[in-house]
Amino acid sequence: MSGAADREAVFPTRQSLGIMKAKLKGAETGHNLLKRKSEALTKRFREITRRIDEAKRKMGRVMQIASLSLAEVTYAVGGNIGYQIQESAKSARFRVRAKQENVSGVLLPAFESYLTEGNNDFAMTGLGKGGQQVQRCRETYARAVEALVELASLQTAFVILDEVIKVVNRRVNAIEHVIIPRTENTIKYINSELDELDREEFYRLKKVANKKQRDTAAADAEMKQRRAEAAAAQGGEKKAPEPEEESGPTDLLAAENDEDVIF
Amino acid sequence: MASQADFRDRQFLAVIGDEDSITGLLLAGIGHVTPPPDNQKNFLVVDAKTDNTAIEAAFERFTNERKDIGIVLINQHIADRIRHRIDTYTQAFPTVLEIPSKDHPYDPEKDSVLRRVRRLFGE
Repeated sequence: MSGAADREAVFPTRQSLGIMKAKLKGAETGHNLLKRKSEALTKRFREITRRIDEAKRKMGRVMQIASLSLAEVTYAVGGNIGYQIQESAKSARFRVRAKQENVSGVLLPAFESYLTEGNNDFAMTGLGKGGQQVQRCRETYARAVEALVELASLQTAFVILDEVIKVVNRRVNAIEHVIIPRTENTIKYINSELDELDREEFYRLKKVANKKQRDTAAADAEMKQRRAEAAAAQGGEKKAPEPEEESGPTDLLAAENDEDVIF
Repeated sequence: MASQADFRDRQFLAVIGDEDSITGLLLAGIGHVTPPPDNQKNFLVVDAKTDNTAIEAAFERFTNERKDIGIVLINQHIADRIRHRIDTYTQAFPTVLEIPSKDHPYDPEKDSVLRRVRRLFGE
């Protein structure tokens, strides 16, 4: 693996191995969930972009019709009414409110248009002539603005979804390409360190056993020698059965020692 | 969510456009003037004599300063004059919408959002 050095700073113990394994499992679950979320959002996103495309084209047509009806008004009133209208605009009759929609945990706002009752800034407009045209123009423009509001909410959803999808994809990629490999590396590292420790321990035990064997062998030899010396010393006085008696226990001892070494 | 309160009270539309577009949209009833102390209008009439800085200032006011505007409508040919501002505008609220005007037909190629759509789908 490329990132042999890329691992978390942990002590190679069985406990941290357990922690790492749990972490790897968590990361995989999270990765799956986030990937599914990203797919759901992308599906929604594609649908919205398609609808934006349609709505923009529709808006072109609607605005064209609306400006035509405004031209009718100008013709019927017989002069430009722009100034009069700008001056008499006081309070918005046409307003929007935002409501929310939940798409896989993302709150998408959507605008909803509504008309406030009871205020009409343009009661006097077209009073002289062209009142009917003005009325029709108002209706046409109200419809156009409704289409615009719809388009605006699509566009807001588009911007927000775009942002959210980017964030989710970034997380998915981070988990897939950074967190999971790193955790796997750490687990591998801990395993190899533990194996190493095992081998060391085995070697140490072997060494200890060897040493013990050597020590007992030496002690054995020494004892034998001492007994032999003692026997020799006693043999100067009486040369009879005692060496035999002594040799019995020494043999026993030696056998016992031997067994100990094997064990 | 923190942004929830942010768009709860955005209830007006704002327009930057030529005289005809403004007249029509005001007839639909979107015009609003805030109460006397500051008397801010939510629309700006742009003609050939209007400075680009004035348009930018209005755009800035509608998008950043005023917290009661949910949608900013702007004529496409005017958006072209401050195109860099529109293209770098990425906030979700208020939404900036480019609309066609009487004299300038709508060109989907110029729209900043449609261009993003196109780029995303590699068309």
